[in-house]
Amino acid sequence: MNEHKEITTPLDEKTVMSLHAGDEVLITGPVYTARDMAHKRLCELIDAGRPLPVELAGAIIYFVGPTPARPGEVIGSAGPTTASRMDAFSPKLLATGLKGMIGKGYRDATVRDALMKYKAVHFSATGGAGALLSRHIVSSEFVAYEDLGTEAIRRLVFDKFPAIVAYDAYGNSVYRV
Amino acid sequence: MLRPVEYQTIVDAVCNLCMNIACNLSDDVLNALKAATVKESNPSAKGVLMQLLLNAQIAAEKKLPICQDTGLAVVFVEQGSSVFVNPPNGRPDATITDAINEGLAKGSESGYLRKSVVADPLANRSNTNNNCPAVIHYFAVSGDKIKISLLAKGGGCENKSRFKMFLPTAYKDDIIEWVVDVVRQAGADACPPFVIGVGLGGDFELAALLSKKALLRRLDSKNQNDYYADLETELLKRINAVGPGTGGLGGDTTALGVLVETAPCHIASLPAAVNIECHAHRHATACI
Repeated sequence: MNEHKEITTPLDEKTVMSLHAGDEVLITGPVYTARDMAHKRLCELIDAGRPLPVELAGAIIYFVGPTPARPGEVIGSAGPTTASRMDAFSPKLLATGLKGMIGKGYRDATVRDALMKYKAVHFSATGGAGALLSRHIVSSEFVAYEDLGTEAIRRLVFDKFPAIVAYDAYGNSVYRV
Repeated sequence: MLRPVEYQTIVDAVCNLCMNIACNLSDDVLNALKAATVKESNPSAKGVLMQLLLNAQIAAEKKLPICQDTGLAVVFVEQGSSVFVNPPNGRPDATITDAINEGLAKGSESGYLRKSVVADPLANRSNTNNNCPAVIHYFAVSGDKIKISLLAKGGGCENKSRFKMFLPTAYKDDIIEWVVDVVRQAGADACPPFVIGVGLGGDFELAALLSKKALLRRLDSKNQNDYYADLETELLKRINAVGPGTGGLGGDTTALGVLVETAPCHIASLPAAVNIECHAHRHATACI
């Protein structure tokens, strides 16, 4: 394996600015999960000027809908979902202080611009490696929208969760497209 | 004489298939991943391929799904003309479709699979909470067996699948260029390295069906027609030359295999479909 940078959450500006597209990182600390429907609800709250059920300042959101945990396990399989489906929502969350996101695949220009404007970073984890990635999650609890099932917002705690900096706060990308 | 198959036998077979494929990659997919890992020249892509092999090992050992998207169940049934499904006691109207869905619900619960199906596409996207209904395709064949093939299709890759109606005068290179472009556009979002199913001919819906049915073939198989076997080889070479590479990180491995299936078609048409399948290529067959 290549050399990794170890980072901890919540993310501060100094950490964000130390990360560059292509850096391989190991993330430790709490993160929130959210997928399509949770993003839609969070943005509807922001539009209505109402408080959010989670504190996003400095937070990382992991785009994941895990499988149910077997008895005695913290979580089931838990790899990233396609990040571009969150493109329409992410800039609004970044404006409230979100500092990082984890998904798989590409982000659009509005997100890349917002990462620069708000000094934040987008990570990619290996899509389809849900069994491996789940081994780096040491706790999981529901914090909002439990009615959404697998799409609910959870608070996970990572232990050296492997990811790559896909889009940095300088406008650079690990992808060629 | 018609051979009876008990309803519960179908339920149990589908239940076992969906639990099994969620956690275990077939040997042809594992072999292709191993070969790609050895060959890969890009260090980042090689690292991802190594993660995928380790992931497969953890999934099998821990009975943990390979991917959290345990998929939409797509079922291909080949039912012999000399076999029938015996309905259970007290449910004379129960069909093989009911048995397949019952097996799917049971396997999704017992296998701790994610509930990834909503009952309605637009008006009310409420989760069915049992992964039902499966998408089922029936084929009438001769004999007294029922062959059930289950494909667990992830949403990320399915979203990138495409259809195009070509002119009947199109050249082979036109098709190749389009397929390569569809794969390039699928990119990192759809979890490369892919398995690419290509359906040519038939009509609007048959081309799409063929592109998915092609995915049931082993990765080490070839189309039985030499022309299309060569097309598979050429497409694989072209796709791997263009990228996006494993995880979208470049390198030598965008697809593990290309599988082409064809059908006769109208003189005015050349329908073509590409079904993108991720590296978590989960499928298995039971013969009853």
